[in-house]
Amino acid sequence: MGKTLSEKVIGRKAGQDVQAGEVVSVSPDYVLSHDNSAAIINEFQKLGVKKVRSPGKIVIVLDHIVPAADEKYAQNHKSIREFVAAQGIPHFFDINAGICHQVLPEQGFALPGLVIVGSDSHTPSYGALGAFATGIGRTETACTWATDEIWLRVPETMRIDISGRFQAGVFAKDLSLKLIGDHGAEMANYKAVEFAGPAAGDFSVGSRLTLANMSAEMGAKNGYFAPDDKALKWLEGRARGPFVAVASDPDARYESVLACDLGALEPQVACPHTVDNVKPVTAVAGKTVHQVLIGTCTNGRLEDLEAAAAILKGRKVHAGVRVLVIPASWEVYREALKSGALAALVDAGCVILNSGCGPCLGAHEGLLAAGEVCLSTSNRNFQGRMGHRDSEIYLASPATAAATAVTGVITDPRDFS
Amino acid sequence: MSHGIVWKYGDNVNTDVIFPGRYTYQIMPPEEMAKHALEDLDPGFAAGVKPGDVIVAGKNFGCGSSREQAAACLKAAGVQAVVARSFARIYFRNAINLGLAVLQSDEAADALEAGDHVDVDLLRGEIRSAKGTFRFLPLPASVLGIIEAGGLIEYTKKKLEQEQE
Repeated sequence: MGKTLSEKVIGRKAGQDVQAGEVVSVSPDYVLSHDNSAAIINEFQKLGVKKVRSPGKIVIVLDHIVPAADEKYAQNHKSIREFVAAQGIPHFFDINAGICHQVLPEQGFALPGLVIVGSDSHTPSYGALGAFATGIGRTETACTWATDEIWLRVPETMRIDISGRFQAGVFAKDLSLKLIGDHGAEMANYKAVEFAGPAAGDFSVGSRLTLANMSAEMGAKNGYFAPDDKALKWLEGRARGPFVAVASDPDARYESVLACDLGALEPQVACPHTVDNVKPVTAVAGKTVHQVLIGTCTNGRLEDLEAAAAILKGRKVHAGVRVLVIPASWEVYREALKSGALAALVDAGCVILNSGCGPCLGAHEGLLAAGEVCLSTSNRNFQGRMGHRDSEIYLASPATAAATAVTGVITDPRDFS
Repeated sequence: MSHGIVWKYGDNVNTDVIFPGRYTYQIMPPEEMAKHALEDLDPGFAAGVKPGDVIVAGKNFGCGSSREQAAACLKAAGVQAVVARSFARIYFRNAINLGLAVLQSDEAADALEAGDHVDVDLLRGEIRSAKGTFRFLPLPASVLGIIEAGGLIEYTKKKLEQEQE
């Protein structure tokens, strides 16, 4: 019997043959945290040890509330910088790097075959490059800093066989929303999701990051693509160290297999207040919005900004709408400056914010008042997430967001193609 | 064993409604977290919950963010256990790591309603009420050590002390 990617990667780290369902202890390759490092430091200090065990494995990226929105956040950031210096943690990215889930791939931490744990629920993003990556809590992160060890249950795997080609105006985000809408927000709870099938290799690394990121909204422990030539080429000049690219064996055991045809897919929208309340854009077209957010760890990459710019170039943002654009990293920001995408968005009337999580999690930079509606390219539309509990969030692709920005109502991006 | 009243909610109770993001990156003591528990789902919960009360919900309780306060705030509010059809995986780990009992039982999730009086017996693995006695899935052996130690911090602390000896 063959093995899945998760069984191979965890087994190699555990130094033993493992199968889905087993619980093993492993020493992870990297441990991610962000602004929540301040709370993690507090937990770490309860453990009675002075030093973290493997400073070189800790990666800290300030991204959630950057620059600090008030004194409390400023104090958190200060505590983190002091801890980083005192512990000799080499991989620290201050407020001028970007969102952790874009920074770790760009900076060559997210590599095939690695085990990465992170105190953020969208850590599965790194599966886009063939890593086993999963989210953990703050207390676990503190304990992993101290012990360089964590227990993991080897997940069962759900394979999604993707075939066909997208119609114009349809993107990876639409695919992820359709899957979650059809199968529910716990479709892959505790499981691994493997994006496979004849069309998997057609996805850009950016789109793979979108899908692996959204696997968190399926409840998945990790979501991944097999690392192929496209992934390896993208990693050239980025990879921080050696790695072994592994993929599932052809005779690996899958708990379930879903098939989906991209050609049949329309643009999708997740309606308030759950990610699995998904409808085709045509069913919600005409709904008035007050704010549009283009960015986040789900859809803030160059291809996303360019998809939005393709629609907004030469047009104007509707008078009733505020449009916020947040490149996922400063590398993306610089690329989008060079490509002209940012100029097109600024000329259209968008507000470009600094790279970071922005208002996605409801802490700062464009929150919603009671009764307001936002169409966002982010990954969650939970009640009150971006502001008042009586505000509403719709989730969609950057193209749908851009089309909506022009008209002021939820709009099918195919109307612009 | 503990006695309390049931607070009943539906499927996919997410971490944003359990503990809103606007407080997530503010460091606050547990008793302060308790004041915001379930704020965006049930604004009456924090003022009304009593020590020993039990939350009963549907599937995928705790989905969404990895924020640990979503478990900590319920524990600080006095909630003895969350009973649900299923839990989101990070929430499940966080709850165990903090010593909040998370119990899976389809039967209890179906039968129990808001206001029901229940006794939770973690050792015997039972939830008792006027509507019957419900058994819940035993926790995996690998995590019992963490619960017995009183949470992951205590568990890890002991482990580190043993290493140094």
